[in-house]
Amino acid sequence: MFKILKYSFFDLIRSRWSYVYFLFYLALGFVLLFLNNDLSKAVITLMNVIIVLVPLIGTIFGVMYFYNSKEFTELLLAQPLKRSSIFLGQYLGVAGSLTMSLVFGLGIPFVLYGLFKSDAIWNFSLLLVTGTFLTLIFTALAFNIALAHENKIKGFGFAVLLWLFLAVIYDGLFLLSLIVFEEYPLDTFSLVATMFNPIDLSRTLILLKLDISALLGYTGAIFKQFFGTNYGLILSLVMLLLWTIFPIFSLIFKAKRKDF
Amino acid sequence: MIEINNLHKKFGKNQVLSGVNLTIKKGGIYAVLGPNGSGKTTLIKSVLGMIIPNKGTIEVLGENIKNKSVYRNEINYLPQIATFPGNLKVKELIKMIRDLRQKACGEQLLIELFSLEPFLEKKLSTLSGGTKQKVNIVLTFMFDSPIIILDEPTTGLDPGSLIRLKKLIQKEKQNGKTILITSHIMQFVEEVSDEIIYLLEGEIYFKGTKEELQNNTMQTNFEHAIAEITTYRTDV
Repeated sequence: MFKILKYSFFDLIRSRWSYVYFLFYLALGFVLLFLNNDLSKAVITLMNVIIVLVPLIGTIFGVMYFYNSKEFTELLLAQPLKRSSIFLGQYLGVAGSLTMSLVFGLGIPFVLYGLFKSDAIWNFSLLLVTGTFLTLIFTALAFNIALAHENKIKGFGFAVLLWLFLAVIYDGLFLLSLIVFEEYPLDTFSLVATMFNPIDLSRTLILLKLDISALLGYTGAIFKQFFGTNYGLILSLVMLLLWTIFPIFSLIFKAKRKDF
Repeated sequence: MIEINNLHKKFGKNQVLSGVNLTIKKGGIYAVLGPNGSGKTTLIKSVLGMIIPNKGTIEVLGENIKNKSVYRNEINYLPQIATFPGNLKVKELIKMIRDLRQKACGEQLLIELFSLEPFLEKKLSTLSGGTKQKVNIVLTFMFDSPIIILDEPTTGLDPGSLIRLKKLIQKEKQNGKTILITSHIMQFVEEVSDEIIYLLEGEIYFKGTKEELQNNTMQTNFEHAIAEITTYRTDV
């Protein structure tokens, strides 16, 4: 597995898109710090970008890489390698290089600005941790979709639709259900509904860590009670971990049954 | 060497293999023939574990291959269409495959044989079809394995390279290798193969030597014998 990981990783590192992605975050980091002149505020702005953009990039990159490396995969399949190591290696190669672009692209400007001397370091770390999780989750989901669809256009379509659903439509439905059922107690429902969407989960997690939950009103208070505690934090991270592990297992399961 | 029992494979509604039974003994060159879509590549890919059969078993070197991967160390495979990761250089690709297999290998001789030195530093996406096929051949023959599977090995080769390929195949045969070939070039098949396996509609229609085939079909010309094969039903 590590050999495949190595080859996929270096293959991607050499590709132009990794640099573009890295440079984008680098520029974003510098610009935000320059405009906000404050680490904590920059973290908040950054969150809004990361929460939407990281899943999108993970999805698109995952699908694109999978289809583009079809030949490489077929070459590997005839070698004495386990299927699980081939696909896990490729997946970790993609997710790893994306994560690296994210962490270094944002890390460098923040460190230069004096991150280590400020108290925003924990919030910033949490931002990077959730960013990493989102990359892992959405790359794995994208690989699952690509494995299930031989047709590139279909695969791309479903992947983008999935992103759209989790990033936008889910929230809409969530909001709608809150309005429709406003007569009922919705605390547990909204907590659970948040748990079932990795993007919402990450957003809530960061918002509440940033101590701006007052903006969220009554629900915010309940959320604060839940996510603000160590118990909530750990549970959320466990949920994100499950969100990561489940698609990876499904990926291995699917890969073992596919014909090439 | 290879033992296939009651192999079935369906792609959607399309039944490609329906009950293939085949025993391939050690040594010799076997030609797998059949019209387009008769399941030749599916059969070969099943042996390699790239296609997972719906029913039936395959044993390679006495071991059931289901969910196994190590046995592929004993097989050299030349895929039908030479598709490689385009952004790799020829040299890097050879190095990578060598690294993945961890086996003694003699690529240098083969590179010289097919005069590939000038292409070693070039990216695979820039190579012509014939040159890609030569790289493909080098990758296939550079390891010393008891089983060699060649899917349409002649595609895109110039006459000189074709002669070199034939010599290479004969040399491997003399080393006691078992070689499986599919091809549509009957002249090539006639020249290199010892036994013919003829697939038709997902079943083995004929298996035997070239002489048996010619006697059965009463044709002296090999190409005609193959073309006539379906009109003279023979017992497998």
